[in-house]
Amino acid sequence: MKKARFFGHGLPGMEKLELPGKLIVIEGTDGVGRTTHINLLHDWLESQGRGVLVTGLSRSPLIGEGLQAAKQNKLLGRLTMALFYATDFADRLEHEIIPALRAGFVVLADRYVYTLIARDTVRGTDAKWLRDLFGFALIPDAVFYLSIDIDSLVPRVLRAGKLNYWEAGMDLGLADNLFDSFHEYQSLLLQEFEKMREEFNIFSISSKGSINSVQSRLRKRIEMLF
Amino acid sequence: MNVLQTSHQYPGLLIVVEGIDGSGKSTQLQLLKTWLQQHEYDVFFTEWNSSSLVKKTTKIGKKKKLLTPTTFSLIHATDFADRLEQAIIPPLKAGMIVLADRYVFTAFSRDVVRGVHRDWIRNLYSYAVRPDLAFYFRPSLQTALDRILVGRANLKYYEAGMDLGLSHDPLESFRIFQERIMREYDAQVAEWGLEVIDSNQSIEEMQAQVRERVYKFLEERPVPKRQ
Repeated sequence: MKKARFFGHGLPGMEKLELPGKLIVIEGTDGVGRTTHINLLHDWLESQGRGVLVTGLSRSPLIGEGLQAAKQNKLLGRLTMALFYATDFADRLEHEIIPALRAGFVVLADRYVYTLIARDTVRGTDAKWLRDLFGFALIPDAVFYLSIDIDSLVPRVLRAGKLNYWEAGMDLGLADNLFDSFHEYQSLLLQEFEKMREEFNIFSISSKGSINSVQSRLRKRIEMLF
Repeated sequence: MNVLQTSHQYPGLLIVVEGIDGSGKSTQLQLLKTWLQQHEYDVFFTEWNSSSLVKKTTKIGKKKKLLTPTTFSLIHATDFADRLEQAIIPPLKAGMIVLADRYVFTAFSRDVVRGVHRDWIRNLYSYAVRPDLAFYFRPSLQTALDRILVGRANLKYYEAGMDLGLSHDPLESFRIFQERIMREYDAQVAEWGLEVIDSNQSIEEMQAQVRERVYKFLEERPVPKRQ
């Protein structure tokens, strides 16, 4: 049984928390195949008889709805948006992730604080402030980043019809059209993740190979956790 | 990056009032507002936990008792950021006098009593504009309790600090909670240079002191009057 480890001061009253479960994070930009791989990992872990919980960003019962509404409001300032997402994340951490870990579940997190930090850093929010903000977050047992180069990403996203205002980072005013903005914005995010890799001990896996080969690399690393 | 620790450069003026429930701060701010408007100043009023964007979420959270110390803190910080970006900085840029009923010091008191770390909460609000004047209305605990409980049948769950499990009796919980908040406020007087107003005095006496202080400040650093 291991004690909970936090990035900073942690959560009030949870300093001595014991967490028998495992927190596994899958990061990567949209279109890289996160959902596919999480679903496969889910089945695989359950077939081994493990309890699994999948959780994503902006799905908390407290904030989920308000956050969707807020996204429609394009006047929202960057600090407000950053804090809104942080609240949502804290709610899921305390009401979903930690209870599941206490009960011995494997929690598969479809993105984590790293995405939030990258998105806000690209928008000009102070990097140190963001790291302090997320001082309440649990340090995961493993973080995988499904990497892709920008030229391979673009066709995937276009095929899936997923090019939209937010994914293209149109609020940054990088370009006057979705396509160029998407290209610029995703390149910035990729750079940010590249910078975070060492700092946060993120294991990068190229998503260029077949689904099977990526999945088997993930499983090999995850097996080492048990 | 720590904006809160350095004086702002906007042409406007930021005046905030702080204090526990029942300290009389809202009444005093209202009276100050009237007085400033009578003197032809352009005044903008904003209050804690009032952004329309976040209000619904806070309401759901409180009603369903979903809030933990961390989410309680973050949801109020979100509300504050929204108001800062939309309702505090623009009027300051326009040279107006912004009056804020509660400011970051409320979070530094209340959230710390709820258990979040002092440094964490100070970092969270480090982007806030530093007020030009921050009044801290300080009653005795008994005065505050008398004021708040007059004509009130029930105390609300979070208002009474029931989430802290201090006591099963809402009144007793409220008393302990407010006392702890007051201690956190007291500790901030020196840290932030809060101007303490003894709020066991009458409304008129308090207002006279507030006006005198604001008057002096405006003499040193005038702001434009309404055209």
